[in-house]
Amino acid sequence: MSDAVSALAGAAYEGYCQVSDAGLTGMVTIRGDLGAAKVKAAVKKATGVALPGQGAIVAAKGRKLAWMSPDELLLFCGYDEAPGLTAALTEALAGQHALVANVSDARVVLRVTGTQAREVIAKLTPADVSPGAFGPGQMRRTRLQQVAAGFHMPDETSFEVIAFRSVADYVFTLLSNAARPGGEVGLFDG
Amino acid sequence: MLILECPYCGIMADETELTPGGEAHLKRATVGSTDDAFESYLFDRKNPKGVHFERWRHSAGCGKWFHAARSTTTLEVYGTYAAQVSEPPKELVAKIKKKCPGWEGWQ
Repeated sequence: MSDAVSALAGAAYEGYCQVSDAGLTGMVTIRGDLGAAKVKAAVKKATGVALPGQGAIVAAKGRKLAWMSPDELLLFCGYDEAPGLTAALTEALAGQHALVANVSDARVVLRVTGTQAREVIAKLTPADVSPGAFGPGQMRRTRLQQVAAGFHMPDETSFEVIAFRSVADYVFTLLSNAARPGGEVGLFDG
Repeated sequence: MLILECPYCGIMADETELTPGGEAHLKRATVGSTDDAFESYLFDRKNPKGVHFERWRHSAGCGKWFHAARSTTTLEVYGTYAAQVSEPPKELVAKIKKKCPGWEGWQ
């Protein structure tokens, strides 16, 4: 077996917020009609996580299930359990018009932590990440400068950003630059 | 800056998160049509000063295509609706007619 490494190999940057590689993360894309009762039941049974509503992310048992579009979910799990979960989901969804794919190695997950984390993200995205508009439990697919990305907030002072593996370095550089000391804007202070 | 509400994810999406798809509700002139009709389908576009129906794709978001009605002069957005229709919803047309009495209709 090949030795799996994350795209950024543990890179970290210390600015007025911390930007770091979240390491190997299992990610499974599930596509299907999320309005269909059979699809919902199968996904819940195979993952053990309740289905998220529109724009939401639900966590349970160390896994997270995020709503990506009306017919797409993204499951975050342990890197090692992703192949097993993919197989279980494929089996559970057999006969349905659905598709399951293990995309762990096609994506990168970064973490931005710090009391000003919202500001660092706000510098790069058109999405409204102000405290009243965005918070933990929500998933947002948008862009970070020139590339597609998605993010959610595990807690009030951190973001988890997902992007395509091919642009991992670009996203890391973007976030690090936005978090550079001296770049504080104080957007969401007070 | 144009801000459209994606009817699929409910997000007020900024123009930079979207990809424009041109005029909406075009009807393809297909097999058996005249050359003139086909040429018109390919090239003739409305380009109105005022109310315009367009296709947009939430490309940096959920990835879905949808429809939007907006004014080309004021950028006022009258509404957005799903892609799986061949004509605009009646309520939306009524709403626009009320707002723009001189409007000649969407067809």
